Amino acid sequence: MASEFTSSAFYNKLKEEKKLVGVKCQDCGHLSPEPRPMCPECHGFDMEWHPFSGKAKLSTFTCISIVPVSMAAKGYGRDKPYCTGIVALEEGPRISAMINGVDGTNPQSIETGIDMVLDADDLDEESPALAFKPA
Amino acid sequence: MATINKKRQLGRPVSIVGGGLSQFGAFADKDSRDLFVEAFQDMVQSMDRGFDIQDIECAYVGNYSSDLFEHQGHTAPIVADWLGITPIPITRIENACASSGSALREGVMAIASGMYDVVLVGGMEKMTNLPTDGVTDVLASAADGLYEVPAGLTFPGIFGAIAKAHMDKYETNLDHLLKIAIKNHSNGALNPKAQFQQTMTQMAERRMARAHERGQTVPDYKTDLDFLNDEAANPWIAWPLRLYDCAPITDGASCVLLVSDEIAHNFTDTPISIAGIGQATGKPLHDSDELTSLSAAKAASQQAYDMSGITVADVDLAEVHDCFTIAEIVATEDLGFFAPGEGPRAVDEGRTALDGDHPINTSGGLKAKGHPVGASGVGQVIEIYHQLRGEAGERQVKKTDPTVGITHNVGGTGGTCVVNVLRRES
Repeated sequence: MASEFTSSAFYNKLKEEKKLVGVKCQDCGHLSPEPRPMCPECHGFDMEWHPFSGKAKLSTFTCISIVPVSMAAKGYGRDKPYCTGIVALEEGPRISAMINGVDGTNPQSIETGIDMVLDADDLDEESPALAFKPA
Repeated sequence: MATINKKRQLGRPVSIVGGGLSQFGAFADKDSRDLFVEAFQDMVQSMDRGFDIQDIECAYVGNYSSDLFEHQGHTAPIVADWLGITPIPITRIENACASSGSALREGVMAIASGMYDVVLVGGMEKMTNLPTDGVTDVLASAADGLYEVPAGLTFPGIFGAIAKAHMDKYETNLDHLLKIAIKNHSNGALNPKAQFQQTMTQMAERRMARAHERGQTVPDYKTDLDFLNDEAANPWIAWPLRLYDCAPITDGASCVLLVSDEIAHNFTDTPISIAGIGQATGKPLHDSDELTSLSAAKAASQQAYDMSGITVADVDLAEVHDCFTIAEIVATEDLGFFAPGEGPRAVDEGRTALDGDHPINTSGGLKAKGHPVGASGVGQVIEIYHQLRGEAGERQVKKTDPTVGITHNVGGTGGTCVVNVLRRES
């Protein structure tokens, strides 16, 4: 049976619903922001879509100056580093995300632990990225 | 997961009786097969009693991405052909930067199973064909391409995020990271195979000399840290990591000859035994229990310690996976040499230097020796092999009669970790 819990469905929901929609295991209740067809905790196969609130705290971050080809195409580079990192979702799990609304050229000005919200306002049509910004 | 903690033993003991490295660096005219032959030649010429190439029964070669770096897949049979050892079976093992660590493990198990007595194991990577942004992309493909890479994370970026978490949780600062680079360059300066054979002081002096030659303002570096804190000389890559926090892009190869213990003395009077092997798997950083530790490294080292029966106190030296300076600090904590958060202080106190009580990366590490990713795991093993045999030359550890060494080889950002305990049996 083909699973509907795919990355393309995840990014489509992000674009269309402006929400981080992950999955919840119906057997053990385990939450995963990344959709997956199988529960990594209890190994059950009974997953369901689960919308996350979009509230989070900034766990850690980095500001990237040597950028991959895809980010160079968006104008980032040595002169314009971008911030990315890991956020802890209100529901518990952590996820990697772009960190918008902060000054990537001044990492000292960015504080971990601050409240973040999902930023789904300005998603790239071709390759949408999960992003958060300070609340 | 009760089974992961089960104490495991090899079916029979396995020893290393020879090791060879190619020169590490950037070699525009060499392909990975040429580098592997160079490493093999180095091994053959340094073996105590020589050996007959016809004795090799099976081979494993670690390689991360000849597909993307050289547009060459299925590289293992090409290596066999270049060595003239067809039709013996050879298999390429890919576990990112832990590829040859995992290849070594396969070789050990092939002998321990009783199936073979003599197995060649190595690794190779030809990285410098691509420009830096291309290499960044290839390395990033060792992370999760669906949920880490689209978030803008790169390979240095993920270790940058680990560094930030370590700085938040403990008293770690940027100078601690730079001191790792200074130490590893000091060791690399003593390693004739290293990509960087200059101390940090020499690197700083070279920059000052070049500025002088060009009639530019000559920077006034009074200390190594002055040089490393100069943003022009040491630009940011992924804050808080700078250029000199990162291992370089390297071409190189490595190989060792593994044999069953019972025939080891046919090759040398001083074999080095594989006392313990461990390999474990980890999740992406965001899903890891801790952001300041690699769970796979802890699990793999526990397996290797248990199999060998040694404790941390028995370890004389270690080669750890310093793809970034922060990775060395985390490694020394994950391996239990220092308590969590105590790694930076150990660096300050010189405990990990060549003459310290816990010498780390005497080869120069990936940082200064170079990091041809698929070759690095076996490259580490070769350094320990030479150190335990007392033949590391100028960079021989100062403590007398080292008998136990550890290697710690990480794939990607902790998805894989391979730890070996190597011991000289007296």
